[in-house]
Amino acid sequence: MTAQPKIISAGLDVAAVRADFEILAKPVYGKPLVYLDSAASAQKPKQVLDAMRVFAATDYANVHRGVHHLSAQATDAYEASRRTVQTFLNARHEGEIVFTKGGTEAINLVSYSFLAPRIQPGDEIVLSVMEHHSNIVPWHFLRERQGAVLRWVDVRDDGSLDIEALDAAIGPKTKLVAITHMSNVLGTVTPLKEIVARAHAKGVPVLADGCQGAVHEIVDVQALDIDFYAITGHKLYGPTGIGALYGKRAHLKAMRPFNGGGEMIREVSRDVVTYADPPARFEAGTPPIIESVGLAAAIDYMNSFDREAVRAHEHDLLTYAREALREFNWLRVIGDAPDKGAILSFETEGMHAHDVATILDREGVAVRAGHHCAQPLMERFGVASTSRASFAMYNTRADVDALIAALAKARKILS
Amino acid sequence: MDDSLRELYQDVILDHSKHPRHFGPLDGATNTAEGHNPLCGDRVKINLIVDADDRIADIKFEGKGCAISQASASMMTDMVAGRRVAEAEKLMGGFLHLVKGEDAADLTGDDREQLDVMAGVSAFPMRVKCATLAWHTMKSALEGGTEAAKTE
Repeated sequence: MTAQPKIISAGLDVAAVRADFEILAKPVYGKPLVYLDSAASAQKPKQVLDAMRVFAATDYANVHRGVHHLSAQATDAYEASRRTVQTFLNARHEGEIVFTKGGTEAINLVSYSFLAPRIQPGDEIVLSVMEHHSNIVPWHFLRERQGAVLRWVDVRDDGSLDIEALDAAIGPKTKLVAITHMSNVLGTVTPLKEIVARAHAKGVPVLADGCQGAVHEIVDVQALDIDFYAITGHKLYGPTGIGALYGKRAHLKAMRPFNGGGEMIREVSRDVVTYADPPARFEAGTPPIIESVGLAAAIDYMNSFDREAVRAHEHDLLTYAREALREFNWLRVIGDAPDKGAILSFETEGMHAHDVATILDREGVAVRAGHHCAQPLMERFGVASTSRASFAMYNTRADVDALIAALAKARKILS
Repeated sequence: MDDSLRELYQDVILDHSKHPRHFGPLDGATNTAEGHNPLCGDRVKINLIVDADDRIADIKFEGKGCAISQASASMMTDMVAGRRVAEAEKLMGGFLHLVKGEDAADLTGDDREQLDVMAGVSAFPMRVKCATLAWHTMKSALEGGTEAAKTE
């Protein structure tokens, strides 16, 4: 067995990180895998997979139901996972963390249970053009069904958010500001604290889509004073099928239930039903129990590193890639906001993103190509689709080199 | 280079994608349909003039897309112009078999020869929809459907 060469970047031992991700050693078309699609879904370290396997093999039963030993064990594990998420987001109370099946469900929950009862025709929802469809379509529902008006805030040409434009869009009829913490296409990180301050000054609550933001930024919902913050597990190196909604306790207590079923009730009779307190009120049915253990293990895994060092490492990759791409005069990077996160979207002159991605794929390089579930943003930048490379803690400068070489090859084949 | 990539991006395909035949609007179209591939956001519009003989007197396409979808649309319009509707639909059947890697025995002679350059698509399952979009859209136009054609 040959020793792994050390790769130290920004104080992070990347070779050690890579050793935790079995899939990174799996060749693709006989080439080493260069996985640059973590913004779509991150790979899972063995610590996450082991935690899920061990829990399922030794402690598993349904939660909050049986009086038997295993049910108690499983309930403890599930609630411990909730506390891990609480600490991760620095929520004041564990009851402010609602487990969902992902970020999308978390936002739909706010749309249905919090906002829908407050919407009169003509009321407004303010959102940015760089939102993912999961933070657009739930608000379109309220437009279609209840006559809500969507007020779109543009981004600047470099992809940064114009806080003054956002402020100006918040008016007397605004019922919510729904904004991403970090764009999945541009990498733009929004100034959430400032946004919340501006919105609250006008009495308007704020929801942040943190599906990307929570991976790359350190989130403190109390310091942000934010009303709702949605995360998903699978982008946080955790499993699919689980996410969470942080909601301020006063909001959650005032909200109507979302799905109906077991666990979310206090009492059910033939004529009447009363509901459990949050978070149980919003967790109908058997929840993603094993996945909650995986999510907690993923958060523990992330916290086992200096997260500032991880951030610096990812930023180094972004800068390195950005510099290397300058040699391609046929390539246009979309999104150059200051302090952006480690996501690089680009348009290739005369070459469609899908053709580029197909050729990259055969070189072992996995990137995302398409509209990235962000069609209003594509329209804003006048493109039908882009290619996107996104960087995670396990990527290296060698991965960037492989991307550059594969892009040069794509150019050669397609032109 | 990867052989399957060379198969996919043959010169003929790249030439069609860069210099598409029958590209642009068509005055006096009798049949029209728009196709949409929701996976990538690509759109194609097919306009046809079908004469009293049920013959495709003219056909043009518009839209933007990847090299595969553009080349496929270009080749398709080239091949079906002047044919009867039933023949065009039969050709489509053969084409679908070909790009899915199935038995395309119903494609014969010149048709087989011309379309053979698209056979490489079958090695790229994620790209089959790119190749079939224009064909599905043409079918939808011929059937007089008003709904956007889908790739599945």
